[in-house]
Amino acid sequence: MLSKKYFFSFLAFAISSQASAELAFSGSASLQQRSFLQDPAYLNQTSSQASLAFEPTIESAVGDSGYFSFKGFARADQRDSERTHVDIREALYAQYFDNWEVRAGIGKVFWGQTESLHLVDIINQTDFVESIDAEDKLGQPMVDIRYLLDTGTISFFILPYFREMTFPGEDGRLRGILPVDVDNPLYESDDEQSNIDFAVRWQQSFGSLEFGLAYFDGTSRLPQLLLRQNEAGDFVLSPKYNLLQQASIDALYVSGSWLFKLEAIHGNTLDENFSAYVAGFERTIVDFAGSGYDLGVLMEHQYDERDEDPLIFGQNDLMLGARLQFNDFAGSEMLFGFVQDLEESSSYSAFIEASTRLSDRWRLEFNGYFFSSDEISDPLYALRRDDHFTLQLEYFF
Amino acid sequence: MSLKWRFAFSFILSMLLFSHSSFAKDPEKGLEIAKEVKARDRGWVDTAADMQMILRAKDGRESVREIRVKTLEVEGDGDKSLTIFDKPLDVAGTAFLSFSHIEGPDEQWIFLPAVKRVKRIATRNKSGPFMGSEFAFEDMVSFEVEKFDFAYLRDDVLDGREMFVVEQIPKDEYSGYTKQVVWVDKEHYRVHQIEFYDRKDALLKVLTLSDYELYEDKFWRAMRSDMDNVQTGKSTTLIVDDIAFKQGLDEKDLDKNALRRAK
Repeated sequence: MLSKKYFFSFLAFAISSQASAELAFSGSASLQQRSFLQDPAYLNQTSSQASLAFEPTIESAVGDSGYFSFKGFARADQRDSERTHVDIREALYAQYFDNWEVRAGIGKVFWGQTESLHLVDIINQTDFVESIDAEDKLGQPMVDIRYLLDTGTISFFILPYFREMTFPGEDGRLRGILPVDVDNPLYESDDEQSNIDFAVRWQQSFGSLEFGLAYFDGTSRLPQLLLRQNEAGDFVLSPKYNLLQQASIDALYVSGSWLFKLEAIHGNTLDENFSAYVAGFERTIVDFAGSGYDLGVLMEHQYDERDEDPLIFGQNDLMLGARLQFNDFAGSEMLFGFVQDLEESSSYSAFIEASTRLSDRWRLEFNGYFFSSDEISDPLYALRRDDHFTLQLEYFF
Repeated sequence: MSLKWRFAFSFILSMLLFSHSSFAKDPEKGLEIAKEVKARDRGWVDTAADMQMILRAKDGRESVREIRVKTLEVEGDGDKSLTIFDKPLDVAGTAFLSFSHIEGPDEQWIFLPAVKRVKRIATRNKSGPFMGSEFAFEDMVSFEVEKFDFAYLRDDVLDGREMFVVEQIPKDEYSGYTKQVVWVDKEHYRVHQIEFYDRKDALLKVLTLSDYELYEDKFWRAMRSDMDNVQTGKSTTLIVDDIAFKQGLDEKDLDKNALRRAK
């Protein structure tokens, strides 16, 4: 509720302060069909689900150096009530000064350089019901103050309200044997969702090197999942959000057709100190074999000391990938990936993400995700029967 | 030898000598022309332009992209440019930042609005197509004399105008071209046509620049550029709908932060 109140008063402020400014409306609407290839592992789970999503955007310049943007999100899912959800992805007012930028409201920030995993990216919570690839994020209430350097930025974040990770409901796939009790989360902080989190980041370009350092002090975006009995006496998984101090480094070095990428974190919580990294490269071959296509070859190694966590898949895993850009009218592209657990040969996953433009306003997207594991203790085991395709048709306006 | 034969012989000899001298590559004259082209286009400071890119398939199907391009002239180095995509709508808000350098590789970044991510682009990608068009990334960056070796080839007449024909060979190993042959008019040193030769030294594309307009009493800008791929039959037309000079842009309007707030 706090976030809503704060949002609306903020919105009222933003609109009243610039009543004469020109508003630009845009956005998209999409229809999505998800089809699972195997019978469900658990009771009540669906074998296919259709859904509709709507993402309206309103933007407006405010005076010479201000900017307001609003981006809403809503999805209605045929089967999974948890996947039917609404979010304010963005409701942000930005004011630009000579060497400073101040943003306040609900926003989205991306940190990092790697492709297979985003360890360093910590500001926004994952909207996990959207896609298993964890690329979709919830809007984060924030004040973001940036000091602009010659070829870099120092950013300070105050994050006054915590967003909980979304999880599939009882009818949904892509979950463990017990659904996550999202209505009763636990917090280490006495202030629970109102705990004020802080973050600071320095990002700089040094010629061929992109370099970032960051520190976060607040509630971990990634919950522990605790087995508990709810009031009705049923066993559920309760998400518990601990406090976390995390330092991170991310870097990218470009040399000819090579991009070398690194992300590493060191974290400290009530229960543990941990380190994790993702490191690898991407090599692009322009006009591959005279086809006119660009081929990118990717390899990344994922390492994480947190090996008991059901939400961390990459303990010691190797990702091999290929990105194809067709350079056609339709902006067609395809990304394949294969992630092998180096310690448990039966555990691997694969994905394909492909999209093409049908016309100036329509885009078609096809994604496939495949999981395999014989090892019960492996997080992938819960997903072993959840191989699925999604077909999405999106209309832009 | 009869007089007739002697005459014929000296005629042939003189033709050979003449043709030899007229077809000899002249690096010094080539460099002079290139320097003059650059010199006449110095001091424009910055521009902001609205453009359309019309992509055409071999069968005549068309697809239109709308872009806005901000360009900043940099003293002693290559230009900086920021391109914002407005259409097609699925890529609206995507922005592309390019720093062209005289020495060393160019720097390029792309901003993906859906994930709010700024991504560095590999230097080698310069020979790849810009937005699926027949223009390569390297065709979109500023012309810098230091990036090529030149040779004057000959004079020519194109559309009734007197032209120099100059060969320019990219020094960058990552260029997609072995050479470019450029038609420059003698009156204003404006480029009217460029032939691009691929890595196999075969003619790949022909760029025709037309509808030149004069700005600020000094700077000529082609309002229309047609890039025809002679190998695939595909073509792209770049049309400048609007261009304004000296907009007060500075380095801060063309850096990674600007990329993030490009609208």
